[in-house]
Amino acid sequence: MSKTSRTGITMPTQAKKDSIIEIRAIAQHDMETGYRYSEDGRRIPRDIIRLFTCQYNGEEVFRADFYPGIGANPLIIFTTVAVASGTLVFKWVGDGGYEAVNQAQITVS
Amino acid sequence: MNLLVFCCRLLVVWIVLLGAKPSLALEVSKGARQSSYQLMTPENQAMQDDPNLNPALFWVMDGHSLWKEKAGKKNVSCASCHGESGQKMAGVATRFPRVQKGKLQTLEGQINQCRTSKQDASTLAYESKGLLALTTFVATQSKGLPIAIQETAQNRKDLQQGRQFFNQRMGQLNLSCAQCHQDRAGLKLGGSLIPQGHPTAYPIYRIEWQTMGSLQRRLRNCMSGVRAQQFEYGSLEMAQLELYLMWRARGMPLESPGVRP
Repeated sequence: MSKTSRTGITMPTQAKKDSIIEIRAIAQHDMETGYRYSEDGRRIPRDIIRLFTCQYNGEEVFRADFYPGIGANPLIIFTTVAVASGTLVFKWVGDGGYEAVNQAQITVS
Repeated sequence: MNLLVFCCRLLVVWIVLLGAKPSLALEVSKGARQSSYQLMTPENQAMQDDPNLNPALFWVMDGHSLWKEKAGKKNVSCASCHGESGQKMAGVATRFPRVQKGKLQTLEGQINQCRTSKQDASTLAYESKGLLALTTFVATQSKGLPIAIQETAQNRKDLQQGRQFFNQRMGQLNLSCAQCHQDRAGLKLGGSLIPQGHPTAYPIYRIEWQTMGSLQRRLRNCMSGVRAQQFEYGSLEMAQLELYLMWRARGMPLESPGVRP
């Protein structure tokens, strides 16, 4: 896996204050389990995303640990409460120095 | 009296069977054709339809990057000839495989042909990320357009050969493509429905594979399933079988990039 990859965020750009918003975060990643062998019998080393976090105006609102059982190109769907206008920063960190960052804006009225 | 009724029923059943039998041997009639999209769960259908959920879109984006990237000794990109956006490629995927300079060429084969002749670059390996990305990018330009394979004087021989492969028993299980995907389409194999085998969405993101794959990978899957010697990637046999399948699905809209379970 390369050091970074494409990611996608789907969430509303506007929301009413204190309403619940759904966020979808997908990352392009092979999620190589470390249990597979190549055709010449060598073990393919584990290469997975280890941690996903979401920060809402600097405050962490969601965190997930990833394990080898999670499939390739993992999609995470979670919710949070729209408390204020601002920026949500999404970060994926994984093996081999992998890191991907994405962000989205929200206007809360 | 009872015997008479029984005999009449038997006759009816016999007539029905007689009526049904020949149609099994014929190719699936045009109206009844169905993309395997219809057999998927609503969740998987949503995954294909929603660009924010379809993982294949990553390959489309990668393909677009490769499209604009200069390569080879001639230092030209695909975009140098075919335009930045790729929109000029609309409809191209619906016309492949086709005979080019006397040789039956698949879409993947044509991309590699372009690479060697126009860019003076190395060919991309089958199922490599680069070739899948480029193929997906080109194929997606034809999304929604009907498959436009016609029988012509040039492709007639290849089409016939492809049809023969489709109907030919192979492997230790001694099964032909047609026995499952024509005669028994809609019935079950294990827990899953047998699709009609129309290649309407390739390259596909197959959830089982956890990645994109070409039609040839899918065909090799089936061949190993019936314990047959698999056709080689990029071989003429593959192209002929692909051609026949695309001809069989002519008129059906292309869904690329599809998601399959």
